[in-house]
Amino acid sequence: MGKFILKRIGLACVTVFIVTAAIFFMTHILPGNAAERILGPFAERSNVLALEKELGLDRPLHVQYFNWIKQTLSGSFGNSVQFQSPVEGVLFPSMLYSLRLASLAFVIVVPLSIIGGVVAAINRGKLIDRVITVGGLSAAVVPEFVWAVVLVLVVGVKLEWLPVTAYPDDGSNIATVFGYLVLPSIALVLVLFGYISRIARAGVIEALDSDYARTAILKGLTKRQAVNRHVLRNALLPTIAVIASQVPYLVGGLVAVEVVFNYPGFGSLLLTSVQYRDYPILQAGVLVVSVVIVGMQLIADILFAVLNPRIRQKVSE
Amino acid sequence: MSSTPISLKHTAAQERRTMRKERIAVLRSNKAFVAGVLLVGFWILCAIFGNWVVPQRPEFLDMMLTDLPPSGAHWFGTDSLGRDVFARVIVGSREILVMASLATIIGTVCGSAIGLTTGYFKGRLDLFVMRILDAISALPVLVIALLALSAVGGSSAVITVLIIGFVFTPIIARTVRAAVLGESELDYVAAARLRTEKTPYILFNEILPNVLPPIIVEFTIRLGYAVFAIATLSFLGVGVALGSPNWGSQVAENYSGIFIDTWWSTIFPAAAIATLAIGINLIADSVMEAFEL
Amino acid sequence: MTSPIPSLELRNLSVSYRVRGIERSVLRDISISIAPGEAYGLVGESGCGKSTAAFAAMRYLPRNGSITSGSILFEGNDITSLGEDRIKDLRINAISMVYQNPVNALNPTLRIGKQVIEVFRLLGKTEEESIELTKEALRKVQIAEPASVMGRYPHQLSGGMAQRVVIAMAIASNPRLLVMDEPTTGLDATVEAEVLDLVRDLRRESGTSVLFISHNLGVIRTMCDRIGVLYAGDLVEEGPTETVLNAPNHPYTVGLLRCIPKGGLNKDSERLDTIAGTPPSLGANLPGCVFVDRCAIAVDRCNTEKPELADNGSGHFSKCFLSEQAVNLPRTKSPVFPNAEITPAPKSLLLEIEHLSKTFKQDTNDVRVLTDIALSLGEGETLGLVGESGSGKTTLARAILGIINPDEGSTISMHGKKLEALLGNRSAQEVGAVQIVFQNPDSALNRRHTVARIVARAVQKLAGKSREESEELAQNLLSDMSVDALLHSVKPSQLSGGLKQRVAIARSFAGKPELIVCDEPTSALDVSVQANILNLLVDLQRRERVSYIFISHDLGVVRYISDRIAVLYLGRLMELGTSETVFNGPHHPYTEALLSSVPAIDGSQRVRIRLGGEIPNPSQPPNGCVLHPRCPRMLGSGVEHLCTSIEPPLAEVEPGHHMRCHIPLAQLGTLQSK
Repeated sequence: MGKFILKRIGLACVTVFIVTAAIFFMTHILPGNAAERILGPFAERSNVLALEKELGLDRPLHVQYFNWIKQTLSGSFGNSVQFQSPVEGVLFPSMLYSLRLASLAFVIVVPLSIIGGVVAAINRGKLIDRVITVGGLSAAVVPEFVWAVVLVLVVGVKLEWLPVTAYPDDGSNIATVFGYLVLPSIALVLVLFGYISRIARAGVIEALDSDYARTAILKGLTKRQAVNRHVLRNALLPTIAVIASQVPYLVGGLVAVEVVFNYPGFGSLLLTSVQYRDYPILQAGVLVVSVVIVGMQLIADILFAVLNPRIRQKVSE
Repeated sequence: MSSTPISLKHTAAQERRTMRKERIAVLRSNKAFVAGVLLVGFWILCAIFGNWVVPQRPEFLDMMLTDLPPSGAHWFGTDSLGRDVFARVIVGSREILVMASLATIIGTVCGSAIGLTTGYFKGRLDLFVMRILDAISALPVLVIALLALSAVGGSSAVITVLIIGFVFTPIIARTVRAAVLGESELDYVAAARLRTEKTPYILFNEILPNVLPPIIVEFTIRLGYAVFAIATLSFLGVGVALGSPNWGSQVAENYSGIFIDTWWSTIFPAAAIATLAIGINLIADSVMEAFEL
Repeated sequence: MTSPIPSLELRNLSVSYRVRGIERSVLRDISISIAPGEAYGLVGESGCGKSTAAFAAMRYLPRNGSITSGSILFEGNDITSLGEDRIKDLRINAISMVYQNPVNALNPTLRIGKQVIEVFRLLGKTEEESIELTKEALRKVQIAEPASVMGRYPHQLSGGMAQRVVIAMAIASNPRLLVMDEPTTGLDATVEAEVLDLVRDLRRESGTSVLFISHNLGVIRTMCDRIGVLYAGDLVEEGPTETVLNAPNHPYTVGLLRCIPKGGLNKDSERLDTIAGTPPSLGANLPGCVFVDRCAIAVDRCNTEKPELADNGSGHFSKCFLSEQAVNLPRTKSPVFPNAEITPAPKSLLLEIEHLSKTFKQDTNDVRVLTDIALSLGEGETLGLVGESGSGKTTLARAILGIINPDEGSTISMHGKKLEALLGNRSAQEVGAVQIVFQNPDSALNRRHTVARIVARAVQKLAGKSREESEELAQNLLSDMSVDALLHSVKPSQLSGGLKQRVAIARSFAGKPELIVCDEPTSALDVSVQANILNLLVDLQRRERVSYIFISHDLGVVRYISDRIAVLYLGRLMELGTSETVFNGPHHPYTEALLSSVPAIDGSQRVRIRLGGEIPNPSQPPNGCVLHPRCPRMLGSGVEHLCTSIEPPLAEVEPGHHMRCHIPLAQLGTLQSK
């Protein structure tokens, strides 16, 4: 088992490496670099060149990349261009904010969509099933910002139930902070719910239709006992994999939602960094995000292997 | 004496006809499918005929008529620059539909090609390509699109279409690859090799027709997400030309209006996005169900 | 004197399924009665409704199924509309079921122990009691190490082992009725025999009533007291097993029994009888007798009136207006190719295989699937290939075809000329000369192509004809195989299994083949259809002088169609000889065990020779002779020391008869004639 885990970690590192390299080269192949941005479009050419040299932008691309790697591995991410301060100081607080929001959304959506999927499967063909399935998938395909805007209008402005920015004043207690995060979380939940519940539903249906579920019933178990003891453990296995695959969409959704709610999270930072061509932040941000996403996939993979007897066997031989 | 009595000759052809009839009947009676077709059909008509139908030109602005609520003269009201929201919403359908369709077609064609080859050949090529696809999927669609678009300098519809197509490719490739893996195990593929068929023939004439159903289903699903992505990108101010009446930027421009009670210039474009995306998705869902019959 | 209350009674039971929006009749007004302690066999081909009847007895129907009329009675009590909680009690205590696919019937993520313990817990036992009872139950079904098996997961069990576990769960409650739905279909012959022995022993001990579902008449014969024959959802004949099988009274039963190749028959002596036509589609509306479309003695009355179940005395019933004439059912014997003569032409050597081995590389160790196979085949000859799982017969077929690459040193030659190992390196003519008919026609024919296209393309590529010529030749080929012209533009999914297989056979003949590998070509087909296909293959062989390598697990079929037979075990050739020599003996101990485990339909029974243990893991073959840990003839043979240390060579023990065994032929002859 240990070998399996190590192999997976190795693969994950390779993926992260490919991602950061790709992004690095992509963002550097462009016209218009950070030096120009900082000094403005009317700056003297010689000043721009001097700044470029200072920032190390005149070296060949692969050299720049390896320098970046060296720098990162030694713990420093460089300086942000737009804020003229260390990247860490800007990036990590913003990530914490996003983490709060994302965690709340995650904690709501995972149980909700699994329950939704199970309920839909058990009541297959009935109205509740259609509502959950069609409703969930329809909601999933409407962009987060549309939901956010509608929620702000209806819940925030018209009904005035909840605040419409996600960022409370300093010193507020947990409950208030939570209250401020509810609306943006809902926007994210609405988009994530559909797919996860559909996979959960499919897993439960396949398990319900299986021969072993039939055996359970014919042994004399009630439908409820059969579902709890035999069906669910098999049905929810594929759902774990799916949840991990939704993390990228969660991160992507953060960008739009944070803009609507004016929330100083990683999403907003990303947007401004893109506009400013702030490479240090972009590079570091991409690195952290890909580590998070790939890490979640890794955990899901390992969890799946541990819980699935067939794979667990193969792995420990 | 033939071993197929008269009754059988009619049965086979009849069976085929009845199966198809039953499938179509199920589809037609599926309310979701009908609703989806109506919604998408409406927007397609708007995209084609929009320009001739609207009472005013979408770019036409009149600073005397800013922020008017919906009325007989302006069904959806006017925005902060005095432009008719109805016209902008109707005409805005063209851009997003064209871009979404193109992006999805590109993604589907590339993804299917990759899925076909990796699923059939397996081995080293498969492992290598899957690594790369995993890497592409490791970042959110939006983030990649943002980075790429900023890299190229912000406002090009063509680049947006290409980027979204690029990001869809791994998703579609995965589905197609899985289907192809399943098909390659079947004996008719071995039978084709036993006829001295060359690989291109096997891929395109034997396997591809059998994986078309999942490809079609993926296409319809991805189309909805293309609308999703394009709307979000334009909302964020990236990827589309300024001034063109696309829905995402309309929402972005007029969002602050919600707080001062001029909600119409934001909500109508938002509703347009929602209805188009949902319509496509309803069709996709019904198609998927129909193929499972 | 009143007869005892039947254990199970189905009274005028009709069941229908809802498919694509329409209700379709699956069981039509059937009445069955099983006395306490009796074993009742329900027999029929696919789609006849026998599984539905089995599940109905458990009061279990799929989501789209419903009981449209009639009732189900258990020990005299009507359970048709009994509530779920009362039914649950019955399932726990009184009625149990054994399923067709035992590995799938077990929960893949739960250990075996937990699943069996659950049954005892439902009976009210404590956890400690249940664990002990589980061990006992597993021992009762002859699992030697219960504790070890209890710790395993279903995918780690062989089919036979899994079925024992399922049986253990079923008998745990000492049920009064046991329903068995094709319990040994899909198991190897020797494993099947052991499971059936087990069931017979258990039944003798406990006196349970049994409802036994099977399509295999031989199995039914050895297991059941009475049988019922189902056709298109209707019970057409019923009675004591011996009576029905020896003197059937319904045209369908008569025809069915005639389709089955019985011992002693072979293709040169007698042609198999067939039943014309195909069964009605699911839920078809049949106003008259269900069998009328295919019955050779049908009269007008049969089309419009439904016959009643007529009593022929001694508890033998049949649903036919003409039951007395059934036994004289005319044979459908017109040959397909009336001009083909049985010319005993000299058979020149066609195929020669020497030192064929194949090793598959796995991550941890190598698995030798075939070891040093040597075979030869003459023109127009049929070689039957027999073996159970792990024998390597499929691998051998694929190696001959060129689909897989055998190990270095293997040679395959045709007409004396060595063939390239891999398909891609052979010439078009060589490829066309060696073709295959696959087991599963659904997988073998591209479901998106029309029948005509499938065959025409083969003609185009293998016979080198132009497109137009190919189309015409394809039409002719298909008509030759009795695939009607109206069906040529149809896709395979519209055709029945038998027709699909004919298309596959037509395709294999596209390029003037000299050798056709038939890989279980009739295993997925009903018995009546099988007879048709076998006749077709025999006719084609006579006309085209093509050779067959015929792989099958059905020894009766192999005996009928083969000139010579090869017996494989664990990738090694154990015996090779003419059909009669191999079947009559003296034979290899493995062959002996194999033959004795097949239940004969005519009631003749060989002495049961049991093989101990299970088929060994091919990656760790036993030392010496690979059969020795299980060989029934090793002990007391005087050559044990050889069997355990040296692998016997394949030796010609008499002219044309090869065996891989240390025991001398004469000694085997004496041992086996006892």
